[in-house]
Amino acid sequence: MSESFFRFVLKHKILVILLTVAVSLMMGSGVQHLRFNNDYRMFFSEENPQLKAFEMLQNTYTKNDNVLFVIEPQDGTVFTRKTLTAVSELTKEAWQIPYSIRVDSITNFQHTYAEGDDLIVEDLVLDPTSLSDEELAAKQQIATNDPLLRNRLISPSAHTTGVNVTVQLPGKKLTEVPEVAAKVQEMAKNLEASYPDIKVHLTGMVIMNNAFPTASQDDMKSLYPIMFGAVILVLVLMLRSIPGTISTLIIIVLMIIATMGLTGWLGIKMSPPTTTVPIVIMTLAIADCVHILVNFLHFMREGEAKYQAMMESLRINLQPIFLTTLTTAIGFLSLNFSDAPPFRDLGNMAAMGVVLAFLLSITFLPAMMMLLPVKALSGDTMGSLAMVRFAEFVIRNKKQLLWGMGILILFLIAQIPSNRLDDRFVEYFDETIDFRQDTDFATENLTGIYLIEYSLESGETGGISDPGFLQKVDAFAQWYRQQPHVLHVNTITDIMKRLNRNMHADDDSWYRLPDQRDLSAQYLLLYEFSLPFGLDLNNQINVKKSATRFTVTLESISTQQLLQIEDDAQQWLLENAPEMRIDGASPSVMFAHIGSRNIIAMLKGTTTALIIISLILVVALRSLRIGGISLIPNLVPMGMAFGLWGLTVGEVGLALSVVSGMTLGIVVDDTVHFLSKYLRARREKNLPGEDAVRYAFSTVGTALWVTSLVLMVGFGILAFSHFQLNAGMGLLTAITLGLALVADFLFLPPLLIYFGGKKP
Amino acid sequence: MKLSLILATLLLTPAVTLAMTAEERGLEIAKEVDSRDTGFHDFKASMTMLLKNRHGEESLRDMRNQTLEVEGDGDKTLVVFDEPRDVKGTALLSFSHKVGDDDQWLYLPALKRVKRIASRNKSGPFMGSEFAYEDISSQEVEKYTYKFIEESEHDGIASYLVERYPVDPNSGYTRQQMWVDKARYIPIKIDYYDRKNVLLKTLVFRGYQQYLDQYWRADEMFMENHQTGKSTLLTWKQYDFRSGLTDADFNKNSLKRAR
Repeated sequence: MSESFFRFVLKHKILVILLTVAVSLMMGSGVQHLRFNNDYRMFFSEENPQLKAFEMLQNTYTKNDNVLFVIEPQDGTVFTRKTLTAVSELTKEAWQIPYSIRVDSITNFQHTYAEGDDLIVEDLVLDPTSLSDEELAAKQQIATNDPLLRNRLISPSAHTTGVNVTVQLPGKKLTEVPEVAAKVQEMAKNLEASYPDIKVHLTGMVIMNNAFPTASQDDMKSLYPIMFGAVILVLVLMLRSIPGTISTLIIIVLMIIATMGLTGWLGIKMSPPTTTVPIVIMTLAIADCVHILVNFLHFMREGEAKYQAMMESLRINLQPIFLTTLTTAIGFLSLNFSDAPPFRDLGNMAAMGVVLAFLLSITFLPAMMMLLPVKALSGDTMGSLAMVRFAEFVIRNKKQLLWGMGILILFLIAQIPSNRLDDRFVEYFDETIDFRQDTDFATENLTGIYLIEYSLESGETGGISDPGFLQKVDAFAQWYRQQPHVLHVNTITDIMKRLNRNMHADDDSWYRLPDQRDLSAQYLLLYEFSLPFGLDLNNQINVKKSATRFTVTLESISTQQLLQIEDDAQQWLLENAPEMRIDGASPSVMFAHIGSRNIIAMLKGTTTALIIISLILVVALRSLRIGGISLIPNLVPMGMAFGLWGLTVGEVGLALSVVSGMTLGIVVDDTVHFLSKYLRARREKNLPGEDAVRYAFSTVGTALWVTSLVLMVGFGILAFSHFQLNAGMGLLTAITLGLALVADFLFLPPLLIYFGGKKP
Repeated sequence: MKLSLILATLLLTPAVTLAMTAEERGLEIAKEVDSRDTGFHDFKASMTMLLKNRHGEESLRDMRNQTLEVEGDGDKTLVVFDEPRDVKGTALLSFSHKVGDDDQWLYLPALKRVKRIASRNKSGPFMGSEFAYEDISSQEVEKYTYKFIEESEHDGIASYLVERYPVDPNSGYTRQQMWVDKARYIPIKIDYYDRKNVLLKTLVFRGYQQYLDQYWRADEMFMENHQTGKSTLLTWKQYDFRSGLTDADFNKNSLKRAR
């Protein structure tokens, strides 16, 4: 059946070429629908419990997507007439930022004080130009000592200050984030132009969201050309055939266009992980083409006619290529178990690409080779002599290799626990990205970007005024402030204490929580009546006044440390205030859990894929024993790679959790090729184990190390990505594939010789 | 009063209105709204606010309102809070002014003291609701400048669409679009635009009833915040016009007794 199909392909080459190109381009027309996702929430599935908790918190109070302007005056002090004027102007203009609902700065900070019997509530800095030096010093004193401002909007030494803009994105259009970012960048530029001795740094969740597509596009511009260069080099070296190289390049282009087009048609939004798809599928497509072309050229050199050579090559390659395509696709599809939708997209897109590559390499490629003039060069493309020598070495040292490799494998696997989970979302971007630089500056000089938030519930309407509740909230805040790495705690109790002092003629001995419930409520009412538009308390008190938002700002600490602090906080709540215990919620908390959540999810995914793939291998190889042995070289590379990673890098996260599923399908390919040749030698040629190993090495050895090299180069190039996510994933995948080759060459042969059985 | 009514009717005949600028026409409509609501002297009413957030949580505020008309200046208002219970007996006295900031005092029963609200910027939310003080305080003509936009139908009611611009620089709004019932000269809907001139809130007046054969009052005022998804339903009940309130009911001493 397949033979008549191939005859048709070779005969109607023009028709096949036109048809495949037309279909590919038709699929490719979906490219117009491709859009970049620019919301960090893309990494979380709708059912993610941490996302749900955070959404609930935001729906109870206000959303906290923000832009933070960090103002850095060159003279090292914020409290000058000039800098304060700049801050005040920026504060005023920030209300013009699209979707902004709130602007907080040291100038519009609602400062309260007593004047006679009145409570005065007004902007801390009203008219900066009119301030005397003494007044400036007084304002600095107030700002740097206020618990609401210090380490949040003003550094303790007053060398930097922040203007924080809260935006409420409707989330209806993908243009919202760039719209805000463009306005904010323009404002920063204008401010720097009017005040040359002030530097503005931009950070916040909106700026990060905007960095996703921009950094992705940078990645595409820099990585894709490198990848194409590498591919051309490899093809020319390996095939030494211009028509073969050209045909393969066209296939790669068609396959990428078609895959991206289908992605567009399916409405999948591009994200940092999926920008790697073209590179990933490019490397995999090469393998298919190379296998067909190498054999085709080999047969031609042996004197066969072009047509016969191609027919023969297709005949012997169809089954292994189909099998490897199937297993690779299953490996990628296992990414659907991931808890992070971008990786599901990555898996589905790569699976589509792999299937398209297979289809094109058995239609377009042979047709194209029939069309183009092909000259068979003398001499083999790959010296199999070296492989024969290598086979001898392996067979001679089979015992040492079995033990040596076995010990090495066990040693590396034992190192897996040295991996620590770490998902710091700022560090998803490398230091070349503006967002990362500015955020690092902000973290070192003003305030942190990692938060933990709690909605502390009193359990009754109006309960936030209850002295008992307030005491507990205050004790929680005191406890948090004593913890390491805590920069700032935002709590309503600080406002209550301040109001109590104000109501007692600013007497410092009254800086404490009011001891009557109605008194607290009435202070708060008076204060709320005095607050201007946009600076109300609705972002920290719910409508029933039964709960309050409690926000902790942390230094840039590891996921482990963050989870430890959250654990300690839970312990404290359990012991001291069990009735108001609630899990902390925030993007940092969400990212802190996503690594482990994803690892558990991917363990299921990889296991499922492994079972399916093993069953396929048992059926395809028609041997339970060999199918069983194949598990070892299929699984061992992942274990070794994660162990090696634990020894050297030691930090794993979201991106690395998908590597196992992704590599499984690819690793299997090498095993399939090696085992199928080994079995053919034993079954058809009746060779003993050692000779069968020699045969396998000499027939597919070269092809295996070359395709492994191509794959390692392809994934290795991802290490240059601006996204730590992609770089780590690429690097670990490359390592895994390298180790897979080591396992296939040094461990599988001794295994087969010792445990391959008498008559498979 | 009668004279001004006749004058207004004359002014509003099409022949005359054609000659007016949009600003003049807008102002005329605002004045007519104001003049038709003049002369009620005083009223008492109870108010209930139902607050809702995006999460679906609800909360109630109960209060009583007393308003006294002041000739030549803005109205005096006394609001006494009944619910939430922690602020029960708290009373807010406001003297609104045609020109300049309104005066406000708050009586805090827990402290047994009257406090002046000394802030120059009172555009924050009223009792945590979606109403700002400036939305429910006495709507004096002088607090805005106006521009007539068009005659339009709203909800089947022939109305004037008038845009008004707050005079107070501390207002949270750049402009408001107000639909005024052509026949009764009462607002039926107001769109509020924030400082960046984006639609922030919509206020809809529902269930208008006429009192003393002249004064229209809505039973319900529904304010919806389009940006945060929060809303507040303000319900008015037990209107009592010309209930005999005098100036003596609206001073700092009366504030303490108000409970």
